[in-house]
Amino acid sequence: MEKQSSDQLKKICSQVRRDCLRMVHAVQSGHPGAALGLTEYFVALYFNEMEHNKNFDMNGKNEDLFFLSNGHVSALWYSVLARTGYFSTEELATFRKINSRLQGHPATEEGLPGVRIASGSLGQGLSVAIGAAQAKKLNQDERLVYVMMGDGEQQEGQVWEAAMYAAHHKVDNLIAAIDYNGQQIDGPTVKVMDLLSLKAKYEAFGWDVIEIQKGNEMEAVLEGLAQAKALTGKGKPILILLYTEMGYGVDFMVGTHKWHGVAPNDEQLENALGQLEETLGDY
Amino acid sequence: MEKTLDLKYTYTEKKDTRSGFGDGFLEAGRKNPNVVGLCADLIGSLKMGAFQKAFPERFFQVGIAEANMIGLAAGMTIGGKIPFTGTFANFSTGRVYDQIRQSVAYSEKNVKICASHAGLTLGEDGATHQILEDVGMMKMVPHMTVIVPCDYNQTKAATLALVDHVGPAYLRFGRPSWPIFTPADQNFEIGKAVKMIEGKDVSIFATGHLVWEAIVAEAMLREEGISAEVINIHTIKPLDETAILESVAKSGCAVSAEEHQVNGGLGDSIAQVFAKNHPAPLEYVGVNDSFGESGTPAQLLEKYGLNAENIVKAAKKAIARK
Repeated sequence: MEKQSSDQLKKICSQVRRDCLRMVHAVQSGHPGAALGLTEYFVALYFNEMEHNKNFDMNGKNEDLFFLSNGHVSALWYSVLARTGYFSTEELATFRKINSRLQGHPATEEGLPGVRIASGSLGQGLSVAIGAAQAKKLNQDERLVYVMMGDGEQQEGQVWEAAMYAAHHKVDNLIAAIDYNGQQIDGPTVKVMDLLSLKAKYEAFGWDVIEIQKGNEMEAVLEGLAQAKALTGKGKPILILLYTEMGYGVDFMVGTHKWHGVAPNDEQLENALGQLEETLGDY
Repeated sequence: MEKTLDLKYTYTEKKDTRSGFGDGFLEAGRKNPNVVGLCADLIGSLKMGAFQKAFPERFFQVGIAEANMIGLAAGMTIGGKIPFTGTFANFSTGRVYDQIRQSVAYSEKNVKICASHAGLTLGEDGATHQILEDVGMMKMVPHMTVIVPCDYNQTKAATLALVDHVGPAYLRFGRPSWPIFTPADQNFEIGKAVKMIEGKDVSIFATGHLVWEAIVAEAMLREEGISAEVINIHTIKPLDETAILESVAKSGCAVSAEEHQVNGGLGDSIAQVFAKNHPAPLEYVGVNDSFGESGTPAQLLEKYGLNAENIVKAAKKAIARK
């Protein structure tokens, strides 16, 4: 896939946000908040940064792999997969409906191209991604493995088992990212269960940590990803702390956990879509 | 007791089934370069040391972090590896049920979960480690194959059979030294029960260590003029329903024998087959809704009613109910 300019990527982001909102609205269920917050990162990865094959192969040899650990961001992932050609954009209309390949949380059972592991029960994706990264090393495959996690998800113990393991085994072909939006279902992370410094924690666990302070600015995301890539192959796993705003791009959704798992009604959808240009054509 | 009986199977050697796994695993590594091993700080207990020594680049020490181990194994299948995870049965199932459910079974990953020290015969460590619910948990998970071999040779053969089997599987074995009575060169067919002894009055469906107890029980019953059929159900899921129904059609009653809770175990699966196809009296030899305790394997099997004498009693009860 040819690399896009950051202006082109921003246009794609606008369309992807429209997709997410329309998908969630259509079934009146799903998770719009984090999907809107992570749009820049997903678009940057899939449209520019990853070497990946849209003719999906489960083993993914000699291509970069992406794993989604916080599976509730599924609408965003599905939109990006469809917009990069893994399946038709019309299929986005089946999201969360009966007999669909687009399950509420990502799954492999229905054979949706692009998905390599089920996720939804939190805390498991980092382990899986590390395993896939080690399989790449065994196969002398030099491509990278990416994984996305939530910040609230860091409260799961398995994440820290995996963090300890990755440093000990020098899994340096892995770029993990945390969606650092400071929100979780029951409220701000500082109130629910304070994460304190994730940077200090991961560094103490033996990781290299990069911070992308403006995770909703495309240039900052691209620059951060370039830095992360430059650190691969040096004996340490890499973490990106991606500061995002939940609900970014829609004025009444931004910065609050209230839109974590709530769908907009008809009026709210119209208002939101009015703030997001249709750049690639709605599905 | 055993020496005075006319047993249909004899043995010259006793060995732990976990050693059958360890030796089979080494051979699996030689047979297929994609086989990899993961262990959560129990390499000696699981007998994985020989594989680790022969294939250090394909072996991963995970530390005491079983949830991570299951996730790592699921990830390694992406890229074509065939991961065998090793820890005690308790930590292979109850501790990591959700990881197995989502990352392995629902995701249809080719992970082989290898579990030692299962059941009461773990012995002196006591109930914290004597898991008796693992087969139930694993057989409930869609896509999962559940295998409980009966001796060293069969555990080795089952381990090798798993290399060519595609899909998630749970392999359960144990710690005590146990008679070796099945052939070293056996062809292990997943899902195919093995008729050990032909009989007509009662069918004894046994699994794991209790297959040997069933063989002893058959000799005891024969002395009293009762003809028992002994069938080794080494694969709990998928269950060989044909073999079970053929046997009970002839005998008209049955005993299930397993080192597991009656709830959720082999007997439960057999009862379903009977209820759907051929209602017949079934007596359960298993643990009845309780935890275990410290003791020697023989003491525990006696106290919890899992030895040959108890199989004999159950067989007579089943026959009386016909």
